[in-house]
Amino acid sequence: MALTDHTLDSVRPLLSLQNINISFGGVQALKNVSFDVLPGEVHCLAGENGSGKSTLIKIITGVYQPAGGASISFDGQSYDHMSPVVAQSKGIQVIWQDLALFPEMTVAENIAFQTVLGRWPRLVNYRHMRELAIQALDRLGVLLDVDAPLKSFPIAQRQIVAIARALVGEAKVVFMDEPTASLTQSETDHLLNIVRTLSGRGVAVVFVSHRLAEVLDISSRLTVLRDGGLVGVYPTAGMTQSRITELMTGKTFDNHVRAADRTTGSKVLKVDGLTRRGEFDSVSFTVREGETLGIIGLLGAGRTELALTLFGMSKPDSGAITLNGHSVQFQSNRAAIDAGIAYLSEDRLSLGLIQPQSIADNLVISSLHKIQKNGVLSDSRKQQLVAGWIAELGVKIGQQGDAISTLSGGNQQRVAIAKWLATDPKLLILDAPTVGVDVGARAGIFDIVAKLADAGLAIILISDEVPEVYFNADRVLHMAQGQIVGTFDPRSCTLQDIEAAVYA
Amino acid sequence: MTRFVELFQNRLGRELAGPLLALLAVLVIFGLSSPQFFSQATFGSVAFQLPELGLLTLAMLFPLLTGGLNLAITFTANFAGLTLAWALKSQGGLDAGPAAMVLGCILAIGAGAATGLVMGLVLAYTRAHPILVSLSMMIFIRGLGEFLTRGGDISGFPDFIRPLGHGSLLGIPVPLILLIACVALWHFLLMRTKLGFNTYMVGSNIEAVRYSGINTRKVIILVYTLSGAMSAVAGIIMLARFNSVRVGHGESYLLITVLACFLGGINPFGGFGRVLPVFVALVVLQLLSSGLNLLGANQHLATAVWGLLLVGIMILRWVASQYKSINTSKG
Repeated sequence: MALTDHTLDSVRPLLSLQNINISFGGVQALKNVSFDVLPGEVHCLAGENGSGKSTLIKIITGVYQPAGGASISFDGQSYDHMSPVVAQSKGIQVIWQDLALFPEMTVAENIAFQTVLGRWPRLVNYRHMRELAIQALDRLGVLLDVDAPLKSFPIAQRQIVAIARALVGEAKVVFMDEPTASLTQSETDHLLNIVRTLSGRGVAVVFVSHRLAEVLDISSRLTVLRDGGLVGVYPTAGMTQSRITELMTGKTFDNHVRAADRTTGSKVLKVDGLTRRGEFDSVSFTVREGETLGIIGLLGAGRTELALTLFGMSKPDSGAITLNGHSVQFQSNRAAIDAGIAYLSEDRLSLGLIQPQSIADNLVISSLHKIQKNGVLSDSRKQQLVAGWIAELGVKIGQQGDAISTLSGGNQQRVAIAKWLATDPKLLILDAPTVGVDVGARAGIFDIVAKLADAGLAIILISDEVPEVYFNADRVLHMAQGQIVGTFDPRSCTLQDIEAAVYA
Repeated sequence: MTRFVELFQNRLGRELAGPLLALLAVLVIFGLSSPQFFSQATFGSVAFQLPELGLLTLAMLFPLLTGGLNLAITFTANFAGLTLAWALKSQGGLDAGPAAMVLGCILAIGAGAATGLVMGLVLAYTRAHPILVSLSMMIFIRGLGEFLTRGGDISGFPDFIRPLGHGSLLGIPVPLILLIACVALWHFLLMRTKLGFNTYMVGSNIEAVRYSGINTRKVIILVYTLSGAMSAVAGIIMLARFNSVRVGHGESYLLITVLACFLGGINPFGGFGRVLPVFVALVVLQLLSSGLNLLGANQHLATAVWGLLLVGIMILRWVASQYKSINTSKG
């Protein structure tokens, strides 16, 4: 699919933007950015959160208007600015990360509803909608029951429905916002096949993402933004994930294997033949004081289910858990917390933190007994406790009373870690701790993890990104279909060894 | 004007500023338009009428903070009143002694708490919607009460309970003292106890609270039990004020309590709001009603004005938030 450099020069761009500037409240969100997309190409638009990716797309789709001096051309026509109606009617489609679909409606309605909007007579022709939907899915080479409600399908299929909707709108270019964030490997592969089909039909596809490993292979060019400015446009041939990270953050990361021999520490957690039917099967391992045990596995491997059982939120069918030499059976997660187990949820937005509530309240919620004085909650103790942890973990905040949702992903995650450290855990389970955290801030999170391990905390690091566990764990367990299927020592294997096993 | 608002907000907290300004406005407007407004009579009537609505509003407040609702509060109050009436009647009616009264109050509060406990249990374990659960409870105790009383009044209580509804202590009406004590208790529970802390958190995201190691079922059960118990206190005061109990008494207060909470800055989706602003909002509503009464307006018109006021407050809040966002985007 990748075009050669020679052809790139000779092809006229489908979409081209020059001199794009835009400011919000005195902050310049985009500075003199130019961007172009060729017909039928697969293009990556990369940048950290806040780099201006979504602002750029919103300019392309007419949601925002750029400052004067900008020029936009699409399909041979020039515009000062776009409007949402023009952008859509000319064939610019965006598939947002949340997909913007209607779960209660059928697949056909979701795909074809735009075609019935605002036309005279204002009636809905369901048969026509059905036909359009079937055609669109057919062009993608996908079979779906168009009469079933969308909510009966998993996220991967819903994404396909969103793509089909773009096709009904006669798309010439489709922007996909973080398309692989919630997909498993095989689902991602399927999506990439569909992208190839689209591209083969002359539809350009732009991936907007900060996780580009999966899409790098099938794209031909890469545009990188940083802090609202254009870093450059690069051919993807020969590009690596770490090089992209450097371009996005402007920093070089000294990735080194932190693994060490931790067999001298006492055993904190010992798990024997732990089984919960339908979730995980005969899982056994130990974690020692000061050790970071990595658990790598794809979505659906049973990693989170295992963690929730260790955390007392579900009961095992069989097997034993031993904590500091004592056999334990938790009736609730409170019992697990009191015994010294903490669990950082993979879903920070809806399970890990209470987004509308304050930074301080989120930090103290699991250790309220520590801020009591004479049996009642004390504001001064709360402030002290919070201030201590904010300083300890280097969280950047305005006021303790600000809503946690006002913080960046990285700072939110630091508060979430502080919340659990405040419970004095002996074992900290980190489930996908860098989801939604900028590349630049991830290193900071792992520095904290390393420091905690050095201080003697036992840590289980669960992830679906191999480099995370490879560089940060002392040992790596590979989990698939609910079972531990392999063990790796990062000191004696390569990153590729683990990747080969996980993605096999 | 804006500086004025900011001054208020800085001094007294964001939530209290709105209701206090409304209080000021009501005092000024009625003070200017009616010379008798600032009189013993006005404040006496406010002080005696406020407690019923106030106690019921407190009963509504806790569930609202969890993002729920207790639609059974007025009938729970009647039910508790019936319980007390039954205790007094069985101990001699007009001749019943103080011991019967104490026992009756304990039983009444226990009965109120029991309705709340049942609702709490159902809500905590089935995760059914609070509107459905409390509506079912409301219909159940209403039907039960009507069946037991055959739809009539029960009266004939000993004289010594009259001061509970009509008496004054050091010039302050007894029911008002009771209301203030309950406001203080609610304020303490919400601001200084784990239960209060968890109530707010549950109102914002119950699953995240559960993942934080908090027994959210216990929180929900306690919240509704407290709500039922506070309804019962309102029921006891109502019995003392009217010297009778009738199922359906105070029914019209139900939705007013919800509105008083919103007027006092309680977030309709739960998680945010304080007791004191709600108390001030209640005073505003009652002054408005008494003031209109004084001007010779019809009682029903007063209710209509309450409605207008609340719509006006919603619009003002929206305007304020728009104004604020324009100001911040200007930098």
